[in-house]
Amino acid sequence: MKILVTVKRVEDYESKIKVKPDNSWIVTDGVNYRANPFDEIAVEEALRLRDANMPSEVVVVSVGPAAAAAEIRSGLAMGADRGILVKHDAFVDSDGVARVLKAVIDREKPDLVLMGKQAVDVDDNVAGQLLAEYLGWGQATFASKKESLESAEEKAKKPGVQVGADKKSAQVAREVDGGLEVLEVQLPAIVTVDLRLNVPRYASLPNIMKAKKKPIAELTPQELGVDVTPKVKVIKVEPPPQRAAGVKVPDVQTLVQKLHSEAKVI
Amino acid sequence: MATILVVGEQASGHLKKATLSALAAAQQLAQKTGGQLAGLVIGASAGQAAQELSAYGIPVHVVEGASFEHALAETHSAAAAEVAKKVGASEVVIAATAYGKDVAPRVAAKLGAGLASDVLAIAGPNQFKRAMWAGNAIATVEVTTNVKVVTVRATEFAAPQKAQSKGPVTPAQVAAPQAKTRFLEFNEVKSARPELTEARVVVSGGRGTKGDFKPVEQLADVLGAAVGASRAVVDAGWQPNDLQVGQTGKVVAPQLYIAVGISGAIQHLAGMKGSKTIVAINKDAEAPIFQVADYGLVADLFKALPEMAEAVKKLQ
Repeated sequence: MKILVTVKRVEDYESKIKVKPDNSWIVTDGVNYRANPFDEIAVEEALRLRDANMPSEVVVVSVGPAAAAAEIRSGLAMGADRGILVKHDAFVDSDGVARVLKAVIDREKPDLVLMGKQAVDVDDNVAGQLLAEYLGWGQATFASKKESLESAEEKAKKPGVQVGADKKSAQVAREVDGGLEVLEVQLPAIVTVDLRLNVPRYASLPNIMKAKKKPIAELTPQELGVDVTPKVKVIKVEPPPQRAAGVKVPDVQTLVQKLHSEAKVI
Repeated sequence: MATILVVGEQASGHLKKATLSALAAAQQLAQKTGGQLAGLVIGASAGQAAQELSAYGIPVHVVEGASFEHALAETHSAAAAEVAKKVGASEVVIAATAYGKDVAPRVAAKLGAGLASDVLAIAGPNQFKRAMWAGNAIATVEVTTNVKVVTVRATEFAAPQKAQSKGPVTPAQVAAPQAKTRFLEFNEVKSARPELTEARVVVSGGRGTKGDFKPVEQLADVLGAAVGASRAVVDAGWQPNDLQVGQTGKVVAPQLYIAVGISGAIQHLAGMKGSKTIVAINKDAEAPIFQVADYGLVADLFKALPEMAEAVKKLQ
């Protein structure tokens, strides 16, 4: 199988995010960057599926600035085989990302595409679904594991996505409102992953060294014939409204009293 | 005149409440664009849900048939896009539930539309406010395409009043595409408690519970509340996925949110900051949750929660 997995370079969620004084974007000086956490789960799943369905190949793709090669490299250090960086410095909206990925997929012809359900910078949760429609493929969004992350299945590093023996379809459990839904998707398909699909591995030092020799091909949206002018422009970024600091209460009785007579919520 | 199409969501034949929030957002949008409203409900037998939506005084289209029984993104997006074209929709509005998030982007792709996702406020005829970076920033985005698709964060838009007279309900004939996905099963998490996103009161437990949710559940039941959980709790398998509150889980905005044994990571705050009154109960006086709490109590939850349940009972 050829499995394509996407990785986005995003601001580290441990970094303090502040809005620029001119409201144009967030302050990026002093902010650390890393791979989108959902994408790491996608890479982990891709590696498990590869190892369960040999011979297979895992290709890591990123759309972003030249620096995003670092996030591709981190996917390669986890164990992926090669990378593709579609270089573009300016903001690309989810639609632009989906159309760039479609062009990459038309060239690469993977059997399965795994993506994080959302990137934790713009929190859009849109690109995978757009891509599925542009390709005319089926989709299974919010992929999860039927078993918990503490289960024996997870400890044995079993994939949550179940590829059929004929490699023509896959069964995917999805987190939806009210429970877990199981779909069967014909391959090729788009699967976007949720938090509880797996626990991603750490890259070992030997694998980090090996990853330095793995190839990363570079392309541009222009070379792929994709116009990435955004359909959705960010025109202003503001800090969120702050909640006024509250009070500490000494005991349960005071708390219940205040909720009853002051806040009037019970 | 341009039409704003509200795509409803139904379960077991009834309209989901989140649809009414999408309708409220569409009403606000109509005031900015001068457009007229129409509704759409899709399902194997969606007639009843369509009637429920029409009670808000808008014409409602209904797409029915066995091919639409399961909420597959492929079939439902095809139906929504086709009806949007038929009615000449300039905007399509859907609640940003799991269903809306799954279906809306495909509708946008079919219509060549830009999509503003998980919108908190309507800022103009083509401008919308939405949270980014786990709610650390609020962006105003502009959708530059002629046709626009908008998904709406339900907690930010209160359900409108029913109209005096119902709108007409019209069946729409739509050919279902051959789907490349097939529904196999649904494992429902059954609970007698109110639904998390619709509850007036939510009691959420975190790592501090050490997996013992009894005190949380007992307090929730005395208050008629829904139970929520932090990511740590769900990751550990102590509570089902469906109960996670946060950036990547459910966004809730109840009248009263009680966070128990939750430290208050920014990702959790992103899912509950909009609550009217926030209570934090935590052993650690330095926990960041106290910075957003209206009332903070530094206490052992295993002692405080039973005591609180008793005190609330006395009030009732």
